[in-house]
Amino acid sequence: MDEMKKFATAGNKGKGVRSDCFISIELCSQDGISVEMVSKVKALYGKQIEVEIKEMLNFFDIRHAKVAIEDSGAIPLVIAARMEACIKQLIQTEKEYLLPFLAANAYTTQRDTHRFTRLYLPGNTPSLAINAGIHKPNAIILDLEDAVAYDKKFEARFMVRNALRGIHFYGAEKMVRISQLPKGLDDLSYIIPHGVNLILVPKCECADQIMVLNQHIETLKNRHHITHDIWLMPIIESALGVMHAFDIAKAAPNVVAMAIGLEDYTADLGVKRTAEANESFFARSMLVNACKAVGIQAIDSVFSDVSDMEALKNNVLRSKALGFDGMGCIHPRQISVIHQHFAPDAEEIEKAKKIIHAYMMAQEKGLGVVSLGSKMIDAPVVKRAEKTIQLAVSMGKLSANWREEFED
Amino acid sequence: MKCERFVVNAAGRRVPTIVNGKEMIPFQGIGKYKPGGRKYAPPIPSCLDYPSNGDKTLDSLEEALKRCGLKNGMSISTHHHLRDGDLISNLIFDIAHANGIKDLTWVPSASFPCNEPLIRYLEDGTIHHIEGSMNGALGKFTSYGGMKGCAVLRSHGGRVQAIQDGEVKIDIAVIAAPSADCFGNATGAQGPSACGVLGYSLVDMMYADKVIVVTDNLVPFPCMPFQIQGNYVDYVVVVDKIGIPEKIISGTTQLTKSPDRLLLAQWTAQFCAEAGLLRNGIGIQTGAGGTSLSVGLHFHEQLKNNGWKARFGFGGSTQYMVKMLEDGVMDYILDAQAFDLEAVRSVKDNKNHIDLSVYQSYNFHSKGNYTSLIDIVILGATELDTQFNGNVVTHSDGLLLHGIGGWQNCLHAKCTILPIPLFRDRIPVIVDQLTTLCGPGELIDVVVTERGIAINPLRKDLIEKMKNSSLPIVSMQDLKAQADAICGVPDKAAISDKDEDTVAVIKWVDGTVLDTVKRVLV
Repeated sequence: MDEMKKFATAGNKGKGVRSDCFISIELCSQDGISVEMVSKVKALYGKQIEVEIKEMLNFFDIRHAKVAIEDSGAIPLVIAARMEACIKQLIQTEKEYLLPFLAANAYTTQRDTHRFTRLYLPGNTPSLAINAGIHKPNAIILDLEDAVAYDKKFEARFMVRNALRGIHFYGAEKMVRISQLPKGLDDLSYIIPHGVNLILVPKCECADQIMVLNQHIETLKNRHHITHDIWLMPIIESALGVMHAFDIAKAAPNVVAMAIGLEDYTADLGVKRTAEANESFFARSMLVNACKAVGIQAIDSVFSDVSDMEALKNNVLRSKALGFDGMGCIHPRQISVIHQHFAPDAEEIEKAKKIIHAYMMAQEKGLGVVSLGSKMIDAPVVKRAEKTIQLAVSMGKLSANWREEFED
Repeated sequence: MKCERFVVNAAGRRVPTIVNGKEMIPFQGIGKYKPGGRKYAPPIPSCLDYPSNGDKTLDSLEEALKRCGLKNGMSISTHHHLRDGDLISNLIFDIAHANGIKDLTWVPSASFPCNEPLIRYLEDGTIHHIEGSMNGALGKFTSYGGMKGCAVLRSHGGRVQAIQDGEVKIDIAVIAAPSADCFGNATGAQGPSACGVLGYSLVDMMYADKVIVVTDNLVPFPCMPFQIQGNYVDYVVVVDKIGIPEKIISGTTQLTKSPDRLLLAQWTAQFCAEAGLLRNGIGIQTGAGGTSLSVGLHFHEQLKNNGWKARFGFGGSTQYMVKMLEDGVMDYILDAQAFDLEAVRSVKDNKNHIDLSVYQSYNFHSKGNYTSLIDIVILGATELDTQFNGNVVTHSDGLLLHGIGGWQNCLHAKCTILPIPLFRDRIPVIVDQLTTLCGPGELIDVVVTERGIAINPLRKDLIEKMKNSSLPIVSMQDLKAQADAICGVPDKAAISDKDEDTVAVIKWVDGTVLDTVKRVLV
């Protein structure tokens, strides 16, 4: 931006907009700061909103400006994001207005953290983000890509940054889907220093993209003295991406999962996306194979009919049968259905219990060979059973002390 | 002066003992006040004054009102059975205005957005004040001090108590009835403007000096089965239309689609199951709000899965409650109000869907109180404080936007559960000081929010039962702290604290004054 503007806007207003605000700032040469406010919470927060606005202008050394805010109940971090998005269209500055980092959000995640569900949240729609964590998805995704209109991407970055820092996500892994590369590289400075756990890389087609992305991430990590891992989940959304799936999966050690995006993939094939999903069977199998070959999680596409829970359930069961470890959600209602059906069912748990019990008994007796009935049990079978038991316990489907009550 | 002689009542609120020139008793604590004396009695009529052929029909409401002796200062009662489709209540005051009548008291069982045109009659003095409920525009008008007198807000049960006790003397009751015969027997179950039940008007029928039935569907005598008894009726007026059907009944009541509200419903149902509240033979009331309907759906499923039956469900009834009845998980619906078409059909066709007036069910000055027989009741609130005291009439900005409805009455159920979001947009529900006290915290047992469930410390039994629950059981203080952390602590709204700025008083179910509503300043 060579020529800076004198007037800028950011945010959302109008019917149906909640927990957001629309701010316009006009830079002036005299007369100080004026704030014009329409707010549904004016009686309770009007003064505080005005103080916040003036503090921010002062922080950015703006002395003369006309600010107008149309507020539909935005919380302070939303107002701050909108203000900063306006201000950064008006002045050149390196300064960032950062609200305190919420201590409860200062967690990192593990390579093999459960990723059954990841809830997509449009990055520029704060009303959906504020309560997202209470629905207990394994992860939330603040989306800077398809869910944000092109002309809103700039302001969405401030919203996503402030959300990462200040919205309580109750332990959900904090993911951000950046814009398609290379544009997405510009998103990184808004998320890397602000507690992101995992970055989704949309329309990933080759391993080089991951290398380049990681270089940028490393630079930012060094600059901000971040030592923990920031994970990557490339999304395969094209025929070329499918063919390169294995290379992408093994491109870097911080690639912990790979997802498939079927809307774009089927468009790339030039076919219709159907409920039976035969058209994407190859792609999904390729993706699962690539992931398992490298030892990372395979994540399925979203299921877009949010009202049909029965169809979602069938989708989940199919997905699990193919070897996927999770899928995306576009509505909180989908979370429990996906958890329930990705979780091991009663029969699987019973079988796993028998195997683990037999294994433990053999260990206690000092036997080298584990057998169940007349069958000998191999190490991978035990490993799989262990995984099933861990899952069942972590999802509340089995007591951690199950062996105390176990009968042969 | 609208309100005089203020004292501090047992809830610690400063309330007037004289309102609109009438003496009032300050709230004395729950279960502390008992009335003496006898019920109000209307004059003894004689059949000699009525046509021996039973035909009480008149051509116009104006003529009926005149024959009832409409004059300055009278109290006129109406009912909200036709909800937002009501065409009659405004008409009464159009007629009064055209005849130069002043200083009327309007005693509706509830008001709706369709009553907004009455603001002009409040401004020009045709109506002196309202005793009932004020929603939306009428409430806002009242909040800014527009009403000549002081509004008196009562619950549905408080309204019937006040009329029965003679605290409010109804000069003329106008009952809009979807079907009636010429003698005045009437029902809400049939006719083009059918609304199901006329549960709010029984008390007016019994205690008003004069009773007018207005119908758009005159049927030959006898109108059977009747809900309003012609023996109490002075005149029957036949008009083209008493209501706009699509606004009387919502075609279907809507379950909430909000994921946050669905979570509240799910937790509420889970709480009831884990605490052992839901069991065979219970009585429940779930209301018609989107969240409560979803709670009802969970109840339905749980009852069915356990092979249990609810003995009764308290209305207002909806398609979802009707399904419980028809699906065999509920024996009876006891109903003062039908909310949707399925409920209207059911009350007409199903002998176990019983029309039950609020005079029978909600009257505190009665030989027993149905509401205390309900096991689980699901309610809402606009504000709560950390002592579980609740507000349902004003918002935190001071504006009076809702009626009390049956809320106060239902607090007497065995377990009162309020599933409510911790904040609405930025506005927290849990506050330090309620804008208006509508219900003492002693009667509110459980508050379910999306960030935790608080059990009233008085309910040691529930706390004990839930001590190993996987549900997030927290304290009200904790909930408040969570909301404040997200929203910021709100400033105090610009509401007057002066006695002379009292715009409304809140009555408790026993007729005592619980709190006041003050004028909003900006």
